[in-house]
Amino acid sequence: MSSKDKTWKEISIAGVCPKSSESFKTGDWKTYMPILDTEKCIVCLTCVMLCPDGAINWIPDTNKISFDYTFCKGCGICANECPAKALTMKIDNTEG
Amino acid sequence: MTTQEWKFTSKDIAVKPDLFLSGHRACAGCGPATVMRLIMKATRGPTIVTQATGCMEVVSSIYPYTSWNVPWLHTAFENAAANAAGIEAAIKAMQRKGKLKEHIDVIAIAGDGGTFDIGLQSLSGAVERGHDFLFVLYDNEGYMNTGIQRSGGTPSGAATTTTPAGSVIPGKLERKKPITEIMLAHGMEYVATATPYYWKDMITKVRKGLEVDGPAFLHVFAPCPRGWRSDQAKTMEYTKLAVETCIFPVWEAVNGKKQLSTPSKVIALAPQKKKPIKDYFKGQGRFRHLFTPKNIHVIDELQRLTDENWKKLLQNCESK
Amino acid sequence: MAQQNKKTLAFNGDEAVAFAVKQCNVDVVAAYPITPQTIIVERFSEYVANGEVQTQFVCTESEHSAITASLSASTTGARTFTASASAGLALMHEMLFVTSGSRAPVVMAIANRALSAPLNIHGDHSDSMAQRDSGWIQLYVENAQEAYDSIIQAYKIAESCDVSLPIMVGLDGFTLSHSLENVDILSDEAVTDFIGERQLPQVLTHEGKSVPFKLDPKNPMTMGPVAFQNYYFEFKRQQEEGMKNALKRIQEVNSEFAKISGRCYGNGLIDKYKLEDAEVIVVCAGSTSGTLKVIVDELRACGVKAGLLRLRTFRPLPVEDLKNALKNAKAVAVMDKSMSFGGFGGAIFHEVRHSLYDSPVHPPVINYIYGLGGRDYSPSELRIVFDDLAEIAKTGDTGKQVRYLGLRE
Ligand SMILES: Cc1ncc(C[n+]2csc(CCOP(=O)(O)OP(=O)(O)O)c2C)c(N)n1
Ligand code: SF4
Ligand code: SF4
Repeated sequence: MSSKDKTWKEISIAGVCPKSSESFKTGDWKTYMPILDTEKCIVCLTCVMLCPDGAINWIPDTNKISFDYTFCKGCGICANECPAKALTMKIDNTEG
Repeated sequence: MTTQEWKFTSKDIAVKPDLFLSGHRACAGCGPATVMRLIMKATRGPTIVTQATGCMEVVSSIYPYTSWNVPWLHTAFENAAANAAGIEAAIKAMQRKGKLKEHIDVIAIAGDGGTFDIGLQSLSGAVERGHDFLFVLYDNEGYMNTGIQRSGGTPSGAATTTTPAGSVIPGKLERKKPITEIMLAHGMEYVATATPYYWKDMITKVRKGLEVDGPAFLHVFAPCPRGWRSDQAKTMEYTKLAVETCIFPVWEAVNGKKQLSTPSKVIALAPQKKKPIKDYFKGQGRFRHLFTPKNIHVIDELQRLTDENWKKLLQNCESK
Repeated sequence: MAQQNKKTLAFNGDEAVAFAVKQCNVDVVAAYPITPQTIIVERFSEYVANGEVQTQFVCTESEHSAITASLSASTTGARTFTASASAGLALMHEMLFVTSGSRAPVVMAIANRALSAPLNIHGDHSDSMAQRDSGWIQLYVENAQEAYDSIIQAYKIAESCDVSLPIMVGLDGFTLSHSLENVDILSDEAVTDFIGERQLPQVLTHEGKSVPFKLDPKNPMTMGPVAFQNYYFEFKRQQEEGMKNALKRIQEVNSEFAKISGRCYGNGLIDKYKLEDAEVIVVCAGSTSGTLKVIVDELRACGVKAGLLRLRTFRPLPVEDLKNALKNAKAVAVMDKSMSFGGFGGAIFHEVRHSLYDSPVHPPVINYIYGLGGRDYSPSELRIVFDDLAEIAKTGDTGKQVRYLGLRE
């Protein structure tokens, strides 16, 4: 419990959730992080589909893959499945 | 099935915003979490989701956070299908009274515990009554949320915390319950199996299930690295290997007529591509005890059973 | 103001309930048959089969699914009804808590019946008393007329935004469920006007919007989440507030209903019969009060200051009303049609006695367990209760506090 937690008078009934989990960052769970070699990436989007955490996005404007490390848990599925071997798992060097 | 074939490109799916949102608390490398994302990528319009108690329910709804950007209801463990029945009945009633114009799809999601075991009665009842909903079983082959206990969906040979690999008993002795056969016996219009590795096949099946005017059932294979004692990175690889070894063939049955789906058809057409189940068991801690001299016969027996089931499936698909 | 074009129909209690549900034009009915509730489900099925209702009727494969579907339909914005008894209610146990915790204003009729083992299909209150902490409002009715009236009232109580809780209306199995009575009915329009459209409380969603509380693709919301140590307690406290509000709402609805029907049931919470100067008072719930009133009249004719307090609303418990009504009594007997094994008397006894504890002077209170498994109780047996009370009032000696009436010793 923290002092930010609300009282029973302040919250909606029945546990209707007032926040999206997108404000709950799971990125700090990881030990390894996927690093993309853009040269090798064939933009097949396999990793985008198979990531359990929705941490990989395809950017239509640039036709590139982008990683959201604030959610990536470092499981390595993307690197394991990349048919072009464009992803390698490296020790997480992000802050926090 | 009423509507036309759903055509999509990978890019269409990639740009469709996730309705199962990031920030959920599933373990790293969780197979069911990918399955949730993919199910929601296949929705076609207004949708209500209801879910049984289990890993995916818990990791996605820890107050005050939710990972569902659709109306979503959880009530208990054994009644996902009854939830769907009530939601569908409410929709129909409000449509009849002119209080609601649009069509709303209803999806019920449950794990293997919530489907094969405790949820089977409510599922059977709801299907028998013909409610219009899609039931998706994400099968991680055990009660994972409560710490990896056996379910009716746990395969023989697997060690769980209630079927430990002991010095006398080598893991679970009983066979996996033939859940899709049970559902087919209800005379359902659409029953299918899928794995997330073949995601295009899987989301197409979700969509087909939604298009059915009545109950539809989709059995999705969903490895749990935590419960299977397997490498997080290999979660999706196992969903490919399960198909390649014919442990979990993918097929669909429209009005009871079974047909292999492409990933399994490839193996049917080129039997040399069929891999031994050992390739799939390897690396999964839950099967490690089978690779000892004392237990290796279990693998042989399971191979024989797998071959037998595959043969039956092929006959089934041919003869209809 | 009494209703102008009064219409009376011969109904048993179950039929009266089914007719009320029909008039309420409920959106979804999900139910499973069990004696002595069966007639409710059967009659309603006939209304459906004959196109007399627009209701979506879901004849489920179990009571667990019946209550589940009622709950989920309710969260989808539908007005819902279900009915059960005994083993069926027991099978619903888990979902009763989920329904109240989900703040779904489901209305359920209970044709009160004994619980197994041994198996017994007859009337007592074991089934609903076992659910007293499930977070449902509980009303117990005296006759088929009240069963009819209470179902209509139930929607207005349960669906009030500041209540938003499920409600069960108990009618004694067989004694009420299967006995024919003349029931005055309201017109369909009067019922429709009285209950109005379903009200929905506002809630804040993850999109930051304040919207009506229902599953609606236009305003996605998450219902039935996990709440851990940091929030679970708060939601339980909210439920208690709903119950407190129900105490007020039940009384309001009782008066509003009196205006359209000319009928009311005490203040909606307790129904006092000749209590003003009463010295010996019996407290009971349900149909027994019909017989007890006759006995009170007889005793009054003999100069005994007897009175009856019928507890209509058991949850929320009308503590203040009980206190005030019983404070001047010389002796009180509480009648319980259920047992709380290993406890100190039956459920109603606990609650009534407990309510009086803080009063500066409170009368001796004794308990009679009676009528279990449909055991008959004759007027002469019930008279014994008053005789016992008179004795206690005279001697001040309470004697055995928990007694059995009509049991072979
Ligand atoms: C009636 C009831 N019994 C037991 C439980 C405890 N329980 C919660 S989740 C669960 C297992 C869920 O297993 P499954 O359906 O396979 O889903 P998973 O967690 O593996 O995703 C159990 C046994 C419960 N919540 N309710
Ligand atoms: S490592 Fe896992 S969580 Fe991170 S981006 Fe790759 S698949 Fe997603
Ligand atoms: S225990 Fe298994 S199924 Fe549950 S969240 Fe973790 S990986 Fe997923």
